[in-house]
Amino acid sequence: MTDVEEKTEILMDHYRSPHNYGKMEGPTAQLLEYNPVCGDAVQMFVKLKGNIVEDVKFIGRGCSISQGSASMVTDLAKGKSVEEIMKIAPQFLLDLIGLPLGPSREKCALLPLNTLQKCLSKLDRENVNR
Amino acid sequence: MPSWERIKEDFPIFHNLGSGYTYLDSAATSQKPLFVINAISDFYLYHNSNVHRGIYRLSEEATEMYDRSRENVSRFIGSRDPGQIVFVRNATEGLNLLSYTLGREMAQGDEILITIMEHHSNIVPWQFLQDRGIKLVYADIRPDGTLDMDDLQSKMSPRTRIVSVTHVSNVLGTVNPVREIGKMAHDNGSTFIVDGAQSVPHMPVDVEAMGCDFMAFSGHKMLGPTGIGVLYGRKELLERMHPFMGGGEMISEVYRDYSTWAEVPEKFEAGTPDIAGAIGLSAAVDYLRSMGMDNVMKHGRDLIRLTLEMEEEENIPGLVSYGPRDTEIRGPVYSFSIGDISPFSVNQTLSEDGIGVGASIHPHDVASSLDASGIAVRSGHHCAMPLTHRLNTVATTRASYYIYNTEEDVRKLFRSLKRTAEVYSR
Repeated sequence: MTDVEEKTEILMDHYRSPHNYGKMEGPTAQLLEYNPVCGDAVQMFVKLKGNIVEDVKFIGRGCSISQGSASMVTDLAKGKSVEEIMKIAPQFLLDLIGLPLGPSREKCALLPLNTLQKCLSKLDRENVNR
Repeated sequence: MPSWERIKEDFPIFHNLGSGYTYLDSAATSQKPLFVINAISDFYLYHNSNVHRGIYRLSEEATEMYDRSRENVSRFIGSRDPGQIVFVRNATEGLNLLSYTLGREMAQGDEILITIMEHHSNIVPWQFLQDRGIKLVYADIRPDGTLDMDDLQSKMSPRTRIVSVTHVSNVLGTVNPVREIGKMAHDNGSTFIVDGAQSVPHMPVDVEAMGCDFMAFSGHKMLGPTGIGVLYGRKELLERMHPFMGGGEMISEVYRDYSTWAEVPEKFEAGTPDIAGAIGLSAAVDYLRSMGMDNVMKHGRDLIRLTLEMEEEENIPGLVSYGPRDTEIRGPVYSFSIGDISPFSVNQTLSEDGIGVGASIHPHDVASSLDASGIAVRSGHHCAMPLTHRLNTVATTRASYYIYNTEEDVRKLFRSLKRTAEVYSR
């Protein structure tokens, strides 16, 4: 198996059987974002304990890259502090996915991370849970 | 009849990409034969100079080549006078020219009638006029993907100043009955504009027989280079119109506070034109003419017929395609979706069964998967968002064919589609 085949398989596994999928009861914050051009949509739910993301879930629809990436992002975020998540660079996620995505599909891949960070920054501004 | 299997040899890119590469995105842009590439480099190697200016031999040569290109293109679309051919960048620029110049003559409450199957290039330039109270009206399609002629007729009013319709839809492949539409438009006293971007490359087109007042098309979709397109316009109309862009070439005299305009078509060609582009387009016209446009059209129909047969044979779960199934009124364009890919908008909510609704495969995934097997198709709204939404989808996958495509390309498409469907089925 080549590296690309392996990475494709990992992403497809996330797409077919997403981790942390489903709605969350009583989240600290939630946010839905979508791309009107391709119809990809992701809704992130987070539960904070202090400054730590105790739980994160998502629901969504769209292509394998956006939905697979969403699943990976939730794995990545769980147990991390808000600051740590805000510091995740787009390139870090793209490297984790590890596939040669063109510029239009990078948008699909980054939608979930953007949604999560936006969701948390909103929280920050409103100074909730501090 | 050309030998379709051998035509690929005329296109160096297929040699360079390797024989396994299947290009199915000619509705976006066509590949270029060596004949066209050579014509362009020949100009730069032996004849390059500016047109209409120099009193020296080289400039006269360039001017002659540029004018001959105009004559050649004029003949190709059945225009009786090369003065009716305005060189522009592409069909989009041609339609913007019309929106700007014809728009100047329009008043609040005037209407422009287009169809829901238009490319953005035949929508957005007209939207520019809306802030002056000019109304944009859309004729609908029938369930089979053809234009609803009754709806078109019913939407013509005494205020309809312009009827602007695509000859062939870049998503549905529908060939619209432009002659009939032209008659309806003229009976209504409206100016009739045709977007020929998807027809001129693929079928015989005769502007005089069609009876249109204007037609815009692009060189790059018909084997020519990018950056050159054509706006055909009836001469008496072009003569009456205000210029589009100002600058060199388009003037007769310039004084401190006013100018007079050059004759048509130069009146609409401000600045140094794309001389090499025009020469390349003319070479493309020669190449197409040598195949015979009837043959080109027949080849496209043969491929789309095989496509529709393969579609029924392979019966891929959830696959829905759009556009008329009558190949007599169908250009070589095949758009489809697999499963429900409905639009998502601001007021919607998500449900938990959202991922890959049903057995759907997102068009981006289809295109990426086909790309991995060396097949280039397009996915998205194909610059026709209103139509895509009208089809109750957010994106489709589109395969489009041209002279260098073969029956084997169509079979390869369906083999790969079948494999894609298996990989994504859960």
